[in-house]
Amino acid sequence: MYLRSDERGPAMNNRLALRIAIFGGFAVVLFVILFFRLWLLQVLDGEKYLAEAKNNRTRSYRVSAPRGEILDRSGKALVTNRTSLALQVNPRKLPADPTRRRVELAQLAELTHSTPRHLRRTMRKELTLAPAAPVTLRSDVGHYLVYYLQENQDRFPGVEVQTVFVRDYPDGTLAAHILGNVGEISEAQLKEQQYRGLQPGDKIGQEGVEYTYDRYLRGKPGLTRVQVDALGEPTPNGRLVSMPPAPGDSLKLSIDGKVQEAGEAALAERGLPGGFITMDVHSGEILGLGSFPTFEPDTFTRPLTQNQVDEFIRNPAAPLTDRAIAGLYPTGSTFKPITAIAALESGKLSIGEVINDPGQLVVGEQTFKNAGEAANGSVDLVSALEVSSDVFFYTLGLRMWDSGELQHWAHELGIGRPTGIDLPGGEEGLLPSKHWRDQLYKEGGTERPWSEGDNVQLATGQGDLQTNPLQMAVAYATLANGGTVVTPHVGLQIDDPAGRVLKEFDPKPRRHVRIDPEYRAAIMEGLHDAAQNGAGTSFDVFGSFPIPVAGKTGTAQREGHLDQSWYGVLAPYPNPRIVTFVTMEEGGFGAESAAPAAKKILEAYFAGRLAKEAAPEGGKG
Amino acid sequence: MYATRARQARPEPFAVHPGIAERLGLPYMDGTLALSAAALAVFSVFVLAQATLHDVPGDPYYYADRQGLYAALGIVGMYLLTRIDYSRFRELRVGIYTFLCVSISLVFVFGFAARGSRRSFELPFFSFQPSELGKLLLVLALAGFVIDGARSGSDWQRTVRYLCLGLAPAALVFLQPDLGTALVFGAITLAVMYVGGVRWTHFAVIGAALVAVTAIVLVAAPAVGTPILKGYQAQRLTSFLNPSADPSDAGYQQNQAKIAIGSGGKTGRGNRATQTRLDFVPERHTDFIFAVIGERYGFMGAALVLSLYALLIWRALRIVTLSKNSYGTLVAGGIAAMLLFQVFVNVGMNLGIMPITGIPLPLMSYGGSSVLATFLAIGVLQSIHMQARLSQRGRFAW
Repeated sequence: MYLRSDERGPAMNNRLALRIAIFGGFAVVLFVILFFRLWLLQVLDGEKYLAEAKNNRTRSYRVSAPRGEILDRSGKALVTNRTSLALQVNPRKLPADPTRRRVELAQLAELTHSTPRHLRRTMRKELTLAPAAPVTLRSDVGHYLVYYLQENQDRFPGVEVQTVFVRDYPDGTLAAHILGNVGEISEAQLKEQQYRGLQPGDKIGQEGVEYTYDRYLRGKPGLTRVQVDALGEPTPNGRLVSMPPAPGDSLKLSIDGKVQEAGEAALAERGLPGGFITMDVHSGEILGLGSFPTFEPDTFTRPLTQNQVDEFIRNPAAPLTDRAIAGLYPTGSTFKPITAIAALESGKLSIGEVINDPGQLVVGEQTFKNAGEAANGSVDLVSALEVSSDVFFYTLGLRMWDSGELQHWAHELGIGRPTGIDLPGGEEGLLPSKHWRDQLYKEGGTERPWSEGDNVQLATGQGDLQTNPLQMAVAYATLANGGTVVTPHVGLQIDDPAGRVLKEFDPKPRRHVRIDPEYRAAIMEGLHDAAQNGAGTSFDVFGSFPIPVAGKTGTAQREGHLDQSWYGVLAPYPNPRIVTFVTMEEGGFGAESAAPAAKKILEAYFAGRLAKEAAPEGGKG
Repeated sequence: MYATRARQARPEPFAVHPGIAERLGLPYMDGTLALSAAALAVFSVFVLAQATLHDVPGDPYYYADRQGLYAALGIVGMYLLTRIDYSRFRELRVGIYTFLCVSISLVFVFGFAARGSRRSFELPFFSFQPSELGKLLLVLALAGFVIDGARSGSDWQRTVRYLCLGLAPAALVFLQPDLGTALVFGAITLAVMYVGGVRWTHFAVIGAALVAVTAIVLVAAPAVGTPILKGYQAQRLTSFLNPSADPSDAGYQQNQAKIAIGSGGKTGRGNRATQTRLDFVPERHTDFIFAVIGERYGFMGAALVLSLYALLIWRALRIVTLSKNSYGTLVAGGIAAMLLFQVFVNVGMNLGIMPITGIPLPLMSYGGSSVLATFLAIGVLQSIHMQARLSQRGRFAW
């Protein structure tokens, strides 16, 4: 039954045997190659490939950390966090079919009040920055939209909703300019040293203390490493390491909520663009600082629409500008105490020296008149400050016109130079000087060199002077504390999330200037009389104020505008603790707009003392 | 006393009443060959069971179960072939050759398309890929033609005839398109001709022609705008030369396979394997199963598997020399070449030294057609071995 070959006999011959031997040798060579290669990969390079394999299978996801809270000096929260729902799209999970993809994007655009083109552009932009990450289409979406998407999940493949933290402002616009806002890190910022380790899409402080103290407030994002398959999808039970996010530390500001509120309310009440600052004259702690018009910081927790951006840019009142630190105005008579210090210290004036004020001063071809063309007769320093005699200070300006002493002292007191404040966006301003104008003239920027008239104007805070309430407050504080140029600041301390104090801010004074106590006393007396003596320029406002103060009005002529109203006040007299400066664009006389606002701020600051003093009287009545 | 009993117990060499082993023909089979093949198949089932647990939802052993069944069927088939005198196939060469060409051609008509190529028929229980069995059929038919043609025509005529006979089915397979199997067909053709005594000078000419054709296919034809290979085929063939160039493309698979094998180290990563467990390596149950072995069982496991293949091919070559007739020598040589070519190209592809051609690793890669065909080929080897042993004894039946 078994078949067998019909060709019998030896099949092998020598030639065939040789061929088989070569065949066998060839096979041996091939196997040697395979074994050698296997040995190379696994035994010699095994470690390297193991590392590659481990790197292959993990993906890290960042979990954003809530930013630290920002508190006022009493510990009341000015900025907290709330959770918000962000709509994200994972482009890899969108339908591959172009038609379905287009339909889904169109639906998403409709739901998010956007256009498909805009969505596509957002996705492209984000993908070039972070290729594997889901793209946030819209943050802070409403719950109704989230429910809708969840119920129709199969219609929206690739769409995810993620909880993110956004800033919350319990007091609305309060301290908006100080607080600033938070926004996504820009490409340029990513390259900066201070933002090392951050990634595209991370949020950082962009303005205000959010910017200055960002490294404390920011916190540390958590990291979740998950095992993924080749498609980048997390595998079940594939969580490898999980580092929870570390919330940011909280920042306590020196801001006194009551003072801040009163200042903002006073500005808003008058309704003119302006700014105010209240500062401790010894430490430089800012108790209140504000600007009008203001804005809703909450606006910046959502992506701005083009309309909103346009409005901010086009609005002539520039609500985003902090006029207290970035305003550039002549100061009017509030500059006079600085002129007085310069004249006294440089020996161009002595205490008690009487100058006749006939109502005007003629310098060459120019005639400089008192405001209101009043003639104050013979005045000394104290009375000149009280009645705000322009001619008195014109004379001082004339005496120092090319000596540079006025500029030297104004510069020492901080006019026209950086203050060192811990808020971004401040302006240095301009302190006009002979050197400056002569240089400008040489370059063809003006038609005349420095002249007597320039210094006469500067002596009364007019002319080319450009400064702001912050610099003036620092100058007044230096006068009040006897010569210490403080560093103004709003940051007080950093607390960790458990409430432990991590860091206290007490910036060193910028410098010290020697002001003779006698001169100081005389100037303070003049300022006190200006506020609370019968003939004083702001007697109508502060005459009945129960706490002794020293205050100076300012009415600055500004080209193209009505007069700018200024008021600077030190309280209590004679040893002031605080300085308050208020300015209002087109507010008219200092006593008309700025002084009443300053009074409201002082009322808020001294509220406790005022109530105590009022109570016995009320009991008697 | 013991001696007496021992003598009585010893079976007679030419027993009048043969024992069970004798009846089954086991003494005449090549045990090493059978056991190494079976060991590879068992190992394959074991690897598939571990590596493809989560591939088919609800059926963790989908691949292992089926591979086990195919292997069992294959072993039965191998045994049945063992008991048939292979020389009969020489007489059937024309029929076999016709069947080979027709079955491959039928795929174009009734074939089941997978990933852009038609290679198999959809049968009730599995999809049958005729080109896999075709490898063995080509060996059997071509060896017959070579023996038969030895008496007619000049040397050159014969060489060209063999080449045409071998390359015709190779061309059909190539058109499916299945470049890998076409290459196997080509290797078989050359091996049978080589063992069949085709002159060295002819091989030199063939070699030169091969170089020229390769150059035309890969360089010249695309340059003039008439590419012969499909884009992905050409890319696969060349990307191994520079695998890291584009990690997201053709080189990607090879790179991932290399990382998988390398990461296995000396002793392997077992169930902590990630490359082949988390889909980084594609086709891990078929073309890239060696990468799975390399990552899971390390150098020890991979070297063991390679050793089993070396053993298998050594036994096949040994049978080439044992064969009682020239037909057996040619058939055994063709099968040995078929195994060697597939093992080297597949493992080389996994190790990153050969292009990706889609050639399965015999007995190891998942696939019924391939496993069955390989076992049948080994059955033919066993038949040659058995006939040789029987003829050495001067008897051919019991």
